[in-house]
Amino acid sequence: MSDKTTLPKRRAPLSQLLQPDLEPAPPVVEGTIGAKITVTIDGIETKVPLGTTILEAAKSIGVKIPTLCYHPDLEIAGICRICVVEVEGQRTLQAACAYPITDPIRINTYSRAVRLARRNVLDLILSEHCGDCYSCMKNGNCELQSLAEEYGVDEFRFGHLEVPVPVDDSSYSVVRDMNKCIRCRRCVRTCIDLQEVGVYEAVNRSNRVSIETFLDKPLLTVPCINCGQCINRCPTGALYAKPALHAVWKAIDDPAKHVIIQTAPSPRAAMGEMFGLEPGTTVTYQMNTALKRMGFEHVFDTNFTADLTIIEEGTELILRLYKALVQGDTSVALPQFTSCSPGWVKYAEHFWPEFIPNLSTAKSPQQMFGALIKTYYAEKMGLDPASVVSVALMPCSAKKFECNRPEMNDSGYKDVDFGLTTRELGSMFRQAGLHVPTMPKSDFDDPFGGATGSGLIFGATGGVMESALRTVLELVTGRKLETIYEHGDIIPVRGFEGVRYAELTIDEVGPVPSILAHLVPDWEWLRGATLKVAIAHGTANARKVMEDIKAGGHFSKCHFVEFMACPGGCLGGGGQPIPTSKEIRSARARAIYGEEKTLDVRKSFENPAVVRIYEEFLTDGPCGHKSHELLHTGYIDRGKFIE
Amino acid sequence: MLITERDRLREDVLAIAELTDCHRASLIPILRKVKEKYRGIDTYAMQLIADVLGIHPVEVYSVATFYSFIQPQTQGRLAFRLCRTLSCELEGKESVAEQLQRDLGIGFGETTPDQVFSLEWANCMGMCDQGPAMLVNETVYTQLTPGKVHDIVEEYKSQQEGHVTKRQAERVL
Amino acid sequence: MSTSIKSSTNELTFASVPAADGLNKALALSRVDIIDAIHESKLKGRGGAGFPTGTKWNLAAAETRTPKYMICNADEGEPGTFKDRVILTEFPDLVFDGMTIGARAIGASLGLLYLRAEYGYLHEHLENVVARRRKTGLLGRDIAGIEGFNYDVLIAMGAGAYVCGEETALIESLEGFRGEPRNRPPFPVVSGFLGRPSVINNVETLAWVACIFSKGVEWFRSYGTGASAGHKLFSISGDCEHPGVYEFPFGITVAKLLKEVGGEDAKAVQVGGASGRCVPRSEFERRLAFEDVPTGGSIVVFGPDRDMRAIAHNILDFFVDESCGQCTPCRLGNPKLLQGVEMLQEGTCSLQYLNDLKGLARTMQVASKCGLGQTSSVAFMSILEHFENEVLGRKPLL
Repeated sequence: MSDKTTLPKRRAPLSQLLQPDLEPAPPVVEGTIGAKITVTIDGIETKVPLGTTILEAAKSIGVKIPTLCYHPDLEIAGICRICVVEVEGQRTLQAACAYPITDPIRINTYSRAVRLARRNVLDLILSEHCGDCYSCMKNGNCELQSLAEEYGVDEFRFGHLEVPVPVDDSSYSVVRDMNKCIRCRRCVRTCIDLQEVGVYEAVNRSNRVSIETFLDKPLLTVPCINCGQCINRCPTGALYAKPALHAVWKAIDDPAKHVIIQTAPSPRAAMGEMFGLEPGTTVTYQMNTALKRMGFEHVFDTNFTADLTIIEEGTELILRLYKALVQGDTSVALPQFTSCSPGWVKYAEHFWPEFIPNLSTAKSPQQMFGALIKTYYAEKMGLDPASVVSVALMPCSAKKFECNRPEMNDSGYKDVDFGLTTRELGSMFRQAGLHVPTMPKSDFDDPFGGATGSGLIFGATGGVMESALRTVLELVTGRKLETIYEHGDIIPVRGFEGVRYAELTIDEVGPVPSILAHLVPDWEWLRGATLKVAIAHGTANARKVMEDIKAGGHFSKCHFVEFMACPGGCLGGGGQPIPTSKEIRSARARAIYGEEKTLDVRKSFENPAVVRIYEEFLTDGPCGHKSHELLHTGYIDRGKFIE
Repeated sequence: MLITERDRLREDVLAIAELTDCHRASLIPILRKVKEKYRGIDTYAMQLIADVLGIHPVEVYSVATFYSFIQPQTQGRLAFRLCRTLSCELEGKESVAEQLQRDLGIGFGETTPDQVFSLEWANCMGMCDQGPAMLVNETVYTQLTPGKVHDIVEEYKSQQEGHVTKRQAERVL
Repeated sequence: MSTSIKSSTNELTFASVPAADGLNKALALSRVDIIDAIHESKLKGRGGAGFPTGTKWNLAAAETRTPKYMICNADEGEPGTFKDRVILTEFPDLVFDGMTIGARAIGASLGLLYLRAEYGYLHEHLENVVARRRKTGLLGRDIAGIEGFNYDVLIAMGAGAYVCGEETALIESLEGFRGEPRNRPPFPVVSGFLGRPSVINNVETLAWVACIFSKGVEWFRSYGTGASAGHKLFSISGDCEHPGVYEFPFGITVAKLLKEVGGEDAKAVQVGGASGRCVPRSEFERRLAFEDVPTGGSIVVFGPDRDMRAIAHNILDFFVDESCGQCTPCRLGNPKLLQGVEMLQEGTCSLQYLNDLKGLARTMQVASKCGLGQTSSVAFMSILEHFENEVLGRKPLL
């Protein structure tokens, strides 16, 4: 992928932006790049590559240095000072996370001076932290709590936060409890550097520093996209997803309610982590059993509507292309953008409202399911839709916002009543004494049944694109995908690179399948065409692509672009288990692609339940009248200015 | 803010931003200018500046609140800053502070209702050999005494349009 | 030239050096020779930290990336320090001469003078000097006829933050960020303003550079002590008869200096501003030099009746307000020390807690991210050390 669009991080030095190099890059001094250097850590000699931080070097020999402001996904801050170590010959202690090794230094990571300093720093942090651990959402998974335990904190030597400030729970997704904030600024770096949304910054100076939104306005009123990446990186309980579990329990307890749940693919690849399993261990079928024991009437697979999304979104794409290429309609907005990531959708509504016409009108799988459960399913089961409580298990905090969007009531009711995160459901399982990993396995319930692999890989970045391409390619060429790509895996769109680009040429075309016959007469217009697609995950990467499109760059020539708000796609979502890192996200992706291989049906349009719903219910076909009513939606120009 | 005022503000911001091709390094010069001219940096101004420089409004807010001279709150046209640091304290800034509060009728950190005067503390302003010292906007006053600041305040008050000083009032009576 | 700088013991240097004299002499030398001369002069940074100027220039000169920046730190915020104000008012040409010499030495094409907001009234004056220098060819293209030696200076205004005197915070501020110090390494000579090699020198350092080239390395080195060469400007304030800016050679004793300024009866002096040490009368024979009592040149004199606890309070109050609030020890440590001083006043500070605070102060000195946090507790600690009985023996006020 060309890095023409790669802009330097705006918080890093801005030189590249303002002043292009007048001279070529400095000559590489022989032996400096990739050179190794010998360091002595606590008396043990080891060789590390030049520029390795003390923290990484120590880790490589099994020495754990405590950290708080450090996070592997983020820029180095070096501000909490809990990771200080002694470097021989230096008057002051050094922050291990921020000190690159360029000399053969000798380091002591636990000398008396270091231990005293760490304890003092810890006591200071605790003095401004409202540590009501029992009543904290992060109890048991708090980095500060662990450190206090490690260092044997038995009193608040420098006092304790006494005047609590109000908790901001205005947002549907993210709750901010600044009483727990330790000013490590991980959320700031997440929001500004990693996601480039820019909701939080440090405000004021001295001990008055606080982490605030613009003018300290409630989160609901600022352009927060609800991605929850800040939650995943907060070391304490200052940020958490707005809980829905009490409401879900209440519904389960109510005998008059018919409570069903749909589960998305990513939580299944991560729920194991809530029970201490290694990242990347899937517990899909064990979870089904646990959910039913817990009291859900039925457990549905969101992948079903993921397949439906592919059909609807794919059809929409074909229609857009047909209008633009054959009918010469210049008003058609291309490239088409995916719309299944509610964080991305809100990001686009705030920051790129002029591109709203490019967003696919297809709802996300969660919302499609919601609309069908209170119509198709209720009808089929003879249920009063008012008595149906529709719950969605999602890896996502933005899904909580999405199901509360006022327009999401096409069934006549609130389409999805509650969104649960992986973390919340994990605690519900624990409350019910259900140890998921040891549950017997059971399948998803009809009438939506098991899904295809296409739906499953929605969880990883590039998954929606791959699924869509699988369907579009087979429908257009009439050939089995396996004859085009080995195992039907479209490798060029996979991976973790922030922005990816791929071209697929359609060499031959087949007959128009009956499901689309009412929309296009033939495929001749696509013969020899090159389909250009792009994928971006994390809104910082999305921003790069959008800037390029706006400037008329080569991404503007794309036909279809997949955007995911979260780094790694849904498997790195803001509702997933904490901690997160690149390795953990990769492990979850491997789990998803691994499970996908085991499925018989891997293409959305081959899903028998999908075929059935178009026969029985959505009888005027994809993008038909009824599907428009239930499965498509519109967007709001939110803009970024606030009053 | 009226539309015309917003246009004027945009012109002011762009005039500085364009010198650096809208680079972020313009941020503090812009904030200084806006603060100087409008005495405060309001919600719209911060968002406008962010938009022009391609950064987030919260970053503008964050930078403005960091520096004492570009705090977003609206101040009076005349900002009195009395030094409170070591040498000026030794020289008796306390009685000067008392007098200032009495003459201006406001406490430290406050602005008069007519938006003319603000009073705040400042940290060392480099006039330690001539303390106590204060700044009124960019004018420096040194070796202050309660009597001296009284005269300074009266002088500023008399320059305000339509203002009747105590002495003038006494004369009329 | 008349000057408000005083001295009865030695000649006043700055008034005797004509503008552009040092610059012209320096520009006759090769770039390597300029740096060598500064090296040999043993000039150390006059801002307080005392880093050898020649070494700094050498490191920046060795960098191959361009553009490079030659920056003047005129963010003189250290309480009790005002010598830079006097230099900028009376001898701005020496400062710009020094900057231009440095630019030549390291290969910088742009200079920035970061002027603190509190000196806003000097802005126009300095702009006028820069404009004049552009007109007379001392700034601009092909300076002094040296083809390709282009250098210009912009005046950048601060906005009111003491911490911006720390060089990496100053750079952050120049780039439009909060003045929060960066992690070091990398040092500014490698990655400074806009990520480019940058040298940041104090106003006085740069003025001395011009003097060294005007009067000679030998002349400069003949004053001062072994480790602290040359003369130094001192900002004297507090309880003395003749406060002001003085020029003395490095190595002068506190006692001698106090005699010069009429402060012989002092019970203590605060050396090096708020971040420096409080030196009691018993140590007045100590010498002001990097190897004994280091200083950026500020002396605040405390008369016999001064309340040392109140002084500790004032100093800590300053640091609480001026901490950038980034790193834990400084952000939260200073308020705890300040609170401790208040508890001492109220008679509610136990000796055990006082020991906790001393331990905390030591942690702040070694674990803070920048010089501010590393030095903010120095005065508090030295006051406790030398005036423990005065501070502890206090009865609560009624």
